[in-house]
Amino acid sequence: MRLTVNDVEHDLDLDPRTTLLDALREHLDLTGAKKGCDHGQCGACTVLLDGRRVNSCLVLVIAQQDARVTTIEGLGTAEEPHPLQRGFLDHDGFQCGYCTPGQICSAAGMLDEVERGWPSAVTAGDDPDLLSDPEIRERMSGNLCRCGAYPNMVPAIRQAAGR
Amino acid sequence: MKTFDYRTADRSSAGLAPEAMFLAGGTNLVDLMKLGVATPDVLVDVTKLPLDGITERPDGGVRIGATVRNSDLAADPRIRRGFPVLSQALLAGASGQLRNMATTGGNLLQRTRCRYFMDATKPCNKHAPGTGCPAREGDHRNLAILGGSEACVATHPSDMAVALAALGAVVRVDGAAGERTVPVTDLHRLPGDTPQRDTVLEHGEMITAVDLPALPFATRSAYRKARDRASYAFAVGSVAAALDVDDGVVREVRLAFGAVAPKPWRATVAEEVLRGRPATEESFRAAADAELEAARPLRDNAYKIDLIRNLTAAVLTRLAGEAR
Ligand SMILES: Cc1cc2nc3c(=O)[nH]c(=O)nc-3n(C[C@H](O)[C@H](O)[C@H](O)COP(=O)(O)OP(=O)(O)OC[C@H]3O[C@@H](n4cnc5c(N)ncnc54)[C@H](O)[C@@H]3O)c2cc1C
Ligand code: SF4
Repeated sequence: MRLTVNDVEHDLDLDPRTTLLDALREHLDLTGAKKGCDHGQCGACTVLLDGRRVNSCLVLVIAQQDARVTTIEGLGTAEEPHPLQRGFLDHDGFQCGYCTPGQICSAAGMLDEVERGWPSAVTAGDDPDLLSDPEIRERMSGNLCRCGAYPNMVPAIRQAAGR
Repeated sequence: MKTFDYRTADRSSAGLAPEAMFLAGGTNLVDLMKLGVATPDVLVDVTKLPLDGITERPDGGVRIGATVRNSDLAADPRIRRGFPVLSQALLAGASGQLRNMATTGGNLLQRTRCRYFMDATKPCNKHAPGTGCPAREGDHRNLAILGGSEACVATHPSDMAVALAALGAVVRVDGAAGERTVPVTDLHRLPGDTPQRDTVLEHGEMITAVDLPALPFATRSAYRKARDRASYAFAVGSVAAALDVDDGVVREVRLAFGAVAPKPWRATVAEEVLRGRPATEESFRAAADAELEAARPLRDNAYKIDLIRNLTAAVLTRLAGEAR
């Protein structure tokens, strides 16, 4: 089957049980996305699938023929970091770093959702600020951080959003 | 995980091999396959079918395709405006990532989160009929107070389904015997002595859409969910409601409870009590109590009675305030 990952096309011949996460890590040598819980509960495996953030541990790669995937490796490089990577560095948005690729991919997907005006569970009123601190926290609640580095992630994301 | 064949679904190919299962977003099914609780031989992927539209109906209702993703449905302007309870219920569930994958059909048919059900090494009448129900004596803090049986006290975990029950939604189904419709409130079965069957669907019947009938007063509707964390956790109790008040009196009301029963629990007794009564907190509490008279809590889940009464009063009081 065919999959485009970070703008590179791959022809893959995989066991049908292979998840997108395992395809990335074990077959394409892209180990940025992490295996945390492997049950969709922690968000460490978050990548962008056709532009939308998903838990790659629950995606069967066989069902994603011709899909486009972006992982943390495709967002930025050490020389040219993505604004979110810059923000996480500037604001110390991590400690051990294990959840960070998932946090950053999730934030990238989240900012796109905000751009499209999607509401969240805390959105209220007709002209709400979709990037207030409570909004950022709610929208990022699918990504857990064992170190509890949450407080610094909020300004990191706000900076990346140009706020 | 047991290995399986994969194919994409064909709308006309009604009829599914005995060990085949439909795959949608996979957020529940793939998890259960990893856990060894679901062991399909064949996965039939419904997501490539043209069932991902949200369309307005001539009667003012809305048809939601079975493969519409939960996040797209929650963000749809027609849903936000006309049926806010549904948008709120969706947004109260799971996470941004999961909602991007989860579909309308899969959300309705997700299985219980009872910990024994999700552990293939444990006895459980739902995943291994006849092995018993360890939850009765064990961990049932989040299981049913309504509609359970000696054999099973599982709760249905969906938030979306609770809103759909309140809205009187109808599920469209396609199978070997042709098309049929099932009200959402009749989709899930009570367990009785056959808890292995969650719903009235026959094997191979596919959900194609969910219809929301026109309900003008649903513009004033809301969902409230109580859970163990501020976000990203299943409900321990929830209430979906729509309220039509005229001159301080309840003209019409729709009410459903979540996380208290094997199905989204439409509170018809409470609705009946409320019609024609003053729209006051006192009435709302009395109505909740009338519905909850049927509750049969276990050792560790009687708290849900107070919780549901309080949630009902809070949601309806707020909606009544907005009507003023
Ligand atoms: C960590 C975590 C937290 C969650 N929190 C919440 C929460 O707070 N609230 C909540 O409501 N949900 C929650 N969920 C559950 C989530 O909403 C469901 O997993 C999701 O809605 C299932 O949809 P899906 O499309 O991924 O279904 P799948 O996993 O693909 O399928 C689920 C079932 O439905 C069947 N099926 C799917 N589509 C059809 C169809 N069209 N016709 C017939 N059968 C079909 C499948 O065969 C399978 O049995 C959570 C899940 C996870 C993993
Ligand atoms: S409550 Fe139902 S699902 Fe849970 S252990 Fe008992 S039989 Fe199984």
